[in-house]
Amino acid sequence: MIGLELSGVTIRAGDFVVDAATLSVPAGQYFILMGHTGAGKTLLMKAVCGLQEIVSGRIAIAGRDVTAMDPCRRAIGYVPQDGGLFPHLNVFGNIGFALDLQGLGRREIIERVEEMAEGLGVSSLLGRRVGRLSGGERQKVALARALTRRPRLLLLDEPISALDEATRENISGLLKRVHEQYALTTIHICHNPAEAQQLGDRVGVMSGGRLMADELRSAEI
Amino acid sequence: MSYQEGSGPRSRSPLHYVCGGMLALFVLMILALIAADFIYLGQSAAGPKALWDLLTQQQMFFALRMSLATSLTTLILVLLTGVPIGYALSRYRFPLRAVCDMLVDVTLVLPPVVTGITLLAFFNFGFGQIIRAALERAELSTVSGVGIVMCQYLVAVPYCIRSAKAAFNGVDRNLEQVSRVMGCTEWQTFHRVSAPLALNGLIAGGVMAWARALGVFAPIMVFVGTGPRVLTMPTTLWLELSTGNIASAVAIAMVMLVLAGAALVLVHWLAPEGNIV
Repeated sequence: MIGLELSGVTIRAGDFVVDAATLSVPAGQYFILMGHTGAGKTLLMKAVCGLQEIVSGRIAIAGRDVTAMDPCRRAIGYVPQDGGLFPHLNVFGNIGFALDLQGLGRREIIERVEEMAEGLGVSSLLGRRVGRLSGGERQKVALARALTRRPRLLLLDEPISALDEATRENISGLLKRVHEQYALTTIHICHNPAEAQQLGDRVGVMSGGRLMADELRSAEI
Repeated sequence: MSYQEGSGPRSRSPLHYVCGGMLALFVLMILALIAADFIYLGQSAAGPKALWDLLTQQQMFFALRMSLATSLTTLILVLLTGVPIGYALSRYRFPLRAVCDMLVDVTLVLPPVVTGITLLAFFNFGFGQIIRAALERAELSTVSGVGIVMCQYLVAVPYCIRSAKAAFNGVDRNLEQVSRVMGCTEWQTFHRVSAPLALNGLIAGGVMAWARALGVFAPIMVFVGTGPRVLTMPTTLWLELSTGNIASAVAIAMVMLVLAGAALVLVHWLAPEGNIV
């Protein structure tokens, strides 16, 4: 089964164009997307999320055509670079955010949030305001929030690039473990070749709006 | 007074003394004006009991009740319309957006008396006449609380729209996008993320709009008049003044001053940056 399929996806943002991006990521694969700043990686990911309109092409997640689908219905777990945590909610509220939207009962939300928090080692933070979290803690909570809704696709937009070395290793290990545990199709944008080697099953490179997914293997980075 | 970080050396330049001096003079002027009201009232009303007697006269009480009822009704209408308009101006790009943005400020720059005359003109022609006829069929008149609310709304709504727009501009767009991917519809993003994050600014804008509505005078004078059934605090103040009853006028002024002061304290508490309106 294909986890994520892009067929000739063209995006125009001002003068910049992502030109007919085509990619097929098998279900459960950890795909690393590399490229310089301004290469179009985030633009492409926003298109996958449904936050960026595409000019032409087709996007399918877990075999489902989502090209014209609203972002809220695409079943994506998303972790932005800064975590993107909601400052008006505490850690519990953030992790349970999507569950509340799904209309689950209070007890089920508590169970699932506590289970996820324990799995990612953030149980002790559940009552804390997000403004009082460290960088590493923020990313763990953001990852917990993304996973709690049981997505079909996990998008990580440079989740560890802004962290210090020790925290980066810690979160990298966590990402590896989470991927082994959940076997989720994962797209991870990063700049660091060592990080790509450590985490990725496969690596793609974007340059000047062109996606070269199958032209590089991880060993050749 | 000290410079903010990064703004330069901490020397006392002539500019420092000129600007600081102007600020000090302005603050002193405002305090002197407020103190003058208290002193005048103390001399003319002969104590708190006399003040209480003035304020509990039937006409005064009616005006206070009318002002509070109409301004709170206006506040509800202002919030119901101003917040979505502020959100639209902050978030959406559409043709003639700049023109719409400018039109929001029209009643801010119009002399208040012109707002009243404009309302008079509007309800005497075309679409305005149709609305007036509909109001009359519902046994409502523009020479009533309805007309007062119309005047207050026109004056107050730009304050709410401006503060709502500023508050929504301050909300991180990335957080809204994250919420959309996490499963929120646009509406859910608005009420679960955007509105809570902009809440202080929205409340501050509402309070500011309410304070403005409470003080509307000239449009009400022109459009509604000063009949006994449509007296508000500002129009009563003017009537008392015009009949030489200065103590009563100052007493009303004090009530309005206290209400406006409380509103300002609330605004500054909710929006300490001072950049909401």
